Amino acid sequence: MASEEQLAAIKGAKVLMVGAGGIGCELLKTLALSGFEDIHIIDMDTIEVSNLNRQFLFRQKHVGQSKAKVAREAVLKFRPHIRITPYHANVKDPDFNVDFFKQFNVVLNGLDNLDARRHVNRLCLASGVPLVESGTTGFLGQVTVHVKGKTECYECQPKPAPKTYPVCTITSTPSKFVHCIVWAKDLLFTKLFGDKNQDNDLNVRSTDASSSSEHAEDVFERRADEDIEQYGRRIYDHVFGYNIEVALRNEETWKNRNRPRPLYTKDVLPPQPVEQNGNKDKASKTCDPTSVSAMAYLGLKNPQDLWSLKENSEVFLEALKLFFLKREKEIGQLGFDKDDQLAVEFVTSAANIRAASFGIPLHSLFEAKGIAGNIVHAVATTNAIIAGLIVLEAMKVLQNDVKSYRMTYCLEHSSRKMLLMPVEPFEPNKSCYVCSETPLTLEINTHRSKLRDFVEKVVKAKLGMSLPLIMHGVALLYEVGDDLEEDEVANYAANLDKVLSELPSPVTGGTILTVEDLQQELKCSINIKHREEFDEEKEPDEMVLSGWTPALAAEKKTKTSDNGPSSSNASQAVQPEPEDDDELEIILKDPEILSAGNKRKLSDISNTADSEVSRVTGEMQTKSHVEEDDTHTDTIMIDGNSDISKKKRVQ
Amino acid sequence: MGKECEELTEQETAIYDRQIRVWGVDAQRRLSKSHIFVSGLKGTVVEFCKNIVLAGVGSLTLNDDRFVTEELLSANFLVPSDQNVTRGKSLAELCCESPKDFNPMVSVSVNLPLIFLGDLASFDVEFFQKFDAVVISCCSLLTKKSVNAKCRKLPRRVAFDHVECRDSCGEIFVDLQNYSYSKKKNEETIECQLHYPSFEEATEVPWRSLPKRMSKLYFAMRVIERFEVLEKRNPIDTSADDLPNVLKLRKELCEAQWINESQIPDSLLERLLASKHEFPPVCAIVGGVLGQEVIKAISGKGDPLKNFFFFDATDGKVIIEDISNVNS
Repeated sequence: MASEEQLAAIKGAKVLMVGAGGIGCELLKTLALSGFEDIHIIDMDTIEVSNLNRQFLFRQKHVGQSKAKVAREAVLKFRPHIRITPYHANVKDPDFNVDFFKQFNVVLNGLDNLDARRHVNRLCLASGVPLVESGTTGFLGQVTVHVKGKTECYECQPKPAPKTYPVCTITSTPSKFVHCIVWAKDLLFTKLFGDKNQDNDLNVRSTDASSSSEHAEDVFERRADEDIEQYGRRIYDHVFGYNIEVALRNEETWKNRNRPRPLYTKDVLPPQPVEQNGNKDKASKTCDPTSVSAMAYLGLKNPQDLWSLKENSEVFLEALKLFFLKREKEIGQLGFDKDDQLAVEFVTSAANIRAASFGIPLHSLFEAKGIAGNIVHAVATTNAIIAGLIVLEAMKVLQNDVKSYRMTYCLEHSSRKMLLMPVEPFEPNKSCYVCSETPLTLEINTHRSKLRDFVEKVVKAKLGMSLPLIMHGVALLYEVGDDLEEDEVANYAANLDKVLSELPSPVTGGTILTVEDLQQELKCSINIKHREEFDEEKEPDEMVLSGWTPALAAEKKTKTSDNGPSSSNASQAVQPEPEDDDELEIILKDPEILSAGNKRKLSDISNTADSEVSRVTGEMQTKSHVEEDDTHTDTIMIDGNSDISKKKRVQ
Repeated sequence: MGKECEELTEQETAIYDRQIRVWGVDAQRRLSKSHIFVSGLKGTVVEFCKNIVLAGVGSLTLNDDRFVTEELLSANFLVPSDQNVTRGKSLAELCCESPKDFNPMVSVSVNLPLIFLGDLASFDVEFFQKFDAVVISCCSLLTKKSVNAKCRKLPRRVAFDHVECRDSCGEIFVDLQNYSYSKKKNEETIECQLHYPSFEEATEVPWRSLPKRMSKLYFAMRVIERFEVLEKRNPIDTSADDLPNVLKLRKELCEAQWINESQIPDSLLERLLASKHEFPPVCAIVGGVLGQEVIKAISGKGDPLKNFFFFDATDGKVIIEDISNVNS
């Protein structure tokens, strides 16, 4: 039970919860039971069926409604006299500015994406409000405390970012199933059903560019009098047959790789059925566009089953046909959506056919959907535990009990003495560009890169600013906002397309740019260094930002289940999907905890702590950290009870 | 898993999608066929009930015929606050409706009132036969031993769990008898075997033979357990006023067991004795861990806890102790 002082602090507190999803539902319940009386909650999401297994404040009948609002109603049923203020909105809305944040004693995050987390971190820093941050994936989770000037901020340590792949791995030399998924989802699906004008290269790179480019002109367009079945087979033969043949001509590529096998419909499927009209009639019985399914039509029921190459080919042709017959109006503007059954079927089959061609093991629709949709594994128990830990930390923050703050990591197995791992928070990172004012350095070709590249790839993607303002000395180069004059908007738009050195106030080597986001109250300086050449594979953006903590290319592994996706790379997709409904992203800074152990104490690991610690960290780190881990872990201090306070090697 | 296994329905697949991605279809199938019994519906068990119902067990049977008091509801989110609804009903009856709502695919029911069956300790062995896991809380030492012993008498394995939260501390005891399970290690699935002692066997292990760094909570809980027996108290019916007598008992026990009294600090005993209200964040954490353990026990996947779990929110420490008879 809470002490009198705790209760007083709780009763007087005004707290902001960001996120009413998996962690949020548990958190709101635990806050209410613990005696919190003034809770504000922001969530832009609406309720989905796949939330119901853990977001226990929601029912089937609430599907489609605001999470923040429904969560409030549900909690008021057992604690009617407390104040819960819901906002069905994006936390990045300008309404939630620094002044808004300043009214709270503490902010509690239960978010599902890096972008929003960084945004809230900055607003907490700017408003001086402490932040308790959290995340879960399957049985793993963590809670961290961020108080300006006392502990590190959320961005002091590197964060995992969605993994990206070199273009040619996707277009020409896939070696993992995820490469085939990315190809099917981002290239083929988009080419056929999305924006036709996107510049993606679906044709295998070939030394003989001229021969394929002519072909590629209109190959994806359905010809005026072309039968849909014929069209599907032509697409199939082009992308799985012809393109592979072209690629095979480049002997250099295949010297050290297995040669792919071109696949043609005539080899995989029986000849085109004569009575196509019969098929069409059967297919047209379903009317609701969301329930259109090639699987159902073909009698494939279990999404966990592995389809043969023939079955995949049938699903491919059927799904393509159904898009044209049932959902023609949407063609040209479709984007991949994990909740779109037909899209998932199409992507699964296309990825599998490509996988078959390249000798990569095939996957079930269930697995493919998980990979394509970046679906994060989630269970109620982890969220409940994490929410309990958030409330414990929130209470310490409210009592300003700095010495007791802990970051806690939730481990998967209790095989040893560990299950929850409490760690003392770290001091702020002095070179963090967010919470200290350390300038950054950017190497860039100022004669080739445009301001647009700088804005998109650095300011937005890397620095996470939403409403940037860019200045060179006193000259404004770029700005966004509602209150701009028309000529200013035109001016900035024109600037975007100029290369840096040709801007009205030229940016060259030695220039110092000031980049600022007024909403986040974040300002940083960037020293520009001109560089002529970049490595196409390693530095595809043609720019290198330093002084900034780059994302670890996190490769998460899940080893919980036999049936779970074997390569469940939740973070591995070309595009981050911030609208995903789950709690993304375990923070991968454990390696730092361990490798910098001589000044940091792992305060509470009992004497048998061993493989669990290193396993979790081992799993969460990049290869380069593995070696480090080995050399440094023996310096970790184990703060045991009186009888054991010796150094313990955690390996 | 053979084809003969029943397949999950489309509804189950849709609702359980995210957790099937954690533990697999096979585990989900086993869960949906399992039957769970819980007794003592205070905060931690209520958390557990929510977790296990969301996970999609086949059925949940609730047992608690106490009438509702403000104290009993301090960490309960299953009972609506409407006073009219709560009058004249047992705690189990009041807790029964919400879990049905959380997951309509789970059958949630109230066990027959104890006037027909007597105290939990007097339930016969056959009563427990229909369950896969029996989770009890808020009960006497006698009841713990008796229910645990009955679970062990049954021809098929019934998992037994006892959980208790006091102040900001929690204890879980697990008995899975002879338990085999699979786990993944380096991409390989390996079969493992564990042998559990009963609660009685575990708590009879001489204290001086336990590891030096044994959780202080273990000893403190045993002292209070014994105190309640000697004083014929209802479970968790102690106050700070009991401290002098408990300290006396501690002295006796420590002398008899040859351990230093400093292993069981006064301050810890005082906290555990004084607290009647539960501490909701701790209920969430301990109830979450218990939920995971029961899910593991039923699905046969992953390393289970053996056999005591301790959590203390004041230092955030979690300690797992394997307290087994050295001879077994």
